Amino acid sequence: MEINKDLVAASSTPIVLAILAEGDSYGYAILQRVRDLSGGRMAWTDGMLYPVLHRLERLGHVEARWEVSTGRRRRRYYRLTTRGRAQLAEERRQWQAVDATLRGIWRMLEPSGHPASAFPLPAGA
Amino acid sequence: MATPGHAVSLEAQIDEWRSFLRRRQAIHAVDVTELEDHLREQVAVLTDAGLATDEAFLVAVKRMGALDEISREFAREHSDRLWKQLVVAPSEPGGRQAIVPTDAIVAFALAVAAAALVKVPALFGLDLDGDAGFYGRNASLFVLPLLTGYFAWKRQLDRRTVLWLAAAFAAAAVFANVYPFAPEGSTEVLTALHVPIALWLVVGIAYAGTRWNEVAGRMDFVRFSGELFIYYVLMALGGGLLTAFTVVMFNTIGINPETFIQSWLLPCGAAGAVLVAAWLVEAKQSVIENMAPVLTRLFTPLFAAVLVTFLGALLVTGHGVDIERDALIDFNLILVVVLALLLYSVSARDPRSSPGLFDGMQVVLVVSALVADAVALWAIAARITDLGFSANRVAALGVNAILLINLAWSAVLYVRFLRGSGSIGRVERWQTDYLPVYAAWSALVVIAFPPLFGYA
Repeated sequence: MEINKDLVAASSTPIVLAILAEGDSYGYAILQRVRDLSGGRMAWTDGMLYPVLHRLERLGHVEARWEVSTGRRRRRYYRLTTRGRAQLAEERRQWQAVDATLRGIWRMLEPSGHPASAFPLPAGA
Repeated sequence: MATPGHAVSLEAQIDEWRSFLRRRQAIHAVDVTELEDHLREQVAVLTDAGLATDEAFLVAVKRMGALDEISREFAREHSDRLWKQLVVAPSEPGGRQAIVPTDAIVAFALAVAAAALVKVPALFGLDLDGDAGFYGRNASLFVLPLLTGYFAWKRQLDRRTVLWLAAAFAAAAVFANVYPFAPEGSTEVLTALHVPIALWLVVGIAYAGTRWNEVAGRMDFVRFSGELFIYYVLMALGGGLLTAFTVVMFNTIGINPETFIQSWLLPCGAAGAVLVAAWLVEAKQSVIENMAPVLTRLFTPLFAAVLVTFLGALLVTGHGVDIERDALIDFNLILVVVLALLLYSVSARDPRSSPGLFDGMQVVLVVSALVADAVALWAIAARITDLGFSANRVAALGVNAILLINLAWSAVLYVRFLRGSGSIGRVERWQTDYLPVYAAWSALVVIAFPPLFGYA
């Protein structure tokens, strides 16, 4: 399944922030994690991750530092800042609202008798 | 493990890929390093999975994505890097040729219009010598509306914005001309000085177009202002040469061109040059390296050294600052220079490189300017009641306060950046957010000072 570009762009912020919330990481590892978490459904073009990371850095949501990795290559690690954590919480609330709305809509469209019971509506969202 | 033959070819391939990346203006060396680390790791993982290195390289490059798209994304995020290319945007030669002449024609037409506009009041019997006050107060109104119009046309601003900008100019024209200024009074001089500063923000809003709300948009305007200033100075030098030439040549044949120079060449040239300089800045950005940051890098250490020495001399000799003269104005100039140095070094700084020696120098410069200014302010505060609150003194104090607040907070943000607990982007944001303050203060001086100080 190919996810459209706008959706990928919109979801990249919470996904990257969430992955960095698990611990500091760098580009390749972040992409790897996205593949794992999405079961391969969200395949980003590798190069596109970096402008996203740089934007988050400019906004102060993440901080970057250079480290020397094995093989003496310089590698840029990213760390979530307090601000980024707050942003992640905010993103989470917004996405939950979108998610809840969409679930309601899918249920509405579902022919009666087969409600989308596999997707229970989160309480309070 | 790859055989040596393979390793060599992989390195060669990566070299080639790197040089492809480096050709993209929007992708800087640090980004290439970051992307290369990614590519190498991808290749390593794929070869571990059993692929040959050349296959692994191909797959890794493919996964990285099309260079054009990546470069576009980088450009969108780092608009500062592409500032130079904004104008000459279409890279295909045909597109470029189609755009530049129209731009040039409009700019030169407007320059001629500005030059003509300067002479319009002469039709109503106002001449430069007799009505210097009128010309002083209105100087910017001959030029800046046309400059704003140029950008309104270039950026295709919507009607609403254009109307607001026009309203701002109309208001400026009203306030510059309705007050009954005393001849050669200081409030008139203050108006003449502050109208252009307030209106420069209006130019900025037109220049940045829809990007005025973004830090990057306002920063581009700051860059534009610096380059425009440099171009203007260069053109003024050329103009001086032209004037000297004219005088010498015509004197040899017994004609004195002095009147022509004073009432035509200088005023019209000075007005038209602004528009030509603005067009040049936009059109020639890719031709020369941005000058303002270069000069900044040269002069920041020198100014820092002078200020530190000054403070040292102040301590050693124990001399107070002589405030009998308008010393505050001198200190305002120092703060303006320091602010400009700060602004243009921040504007050219790669926001993602870590603090270096130059940043330390910058902090020394700002802090020593703050200390020097504090000494002067202290001396003035002690005697302000004897000196009295004249219009000039209040205006100078106001400007000093505005600059002091700006620099003090910049110093705090910069020190935080040096200590690794903040990014340079904060300084940039603070500086660009502060721009309207200058205009607001200038508008206040223009609108409120003349009546407050009895038009004296």
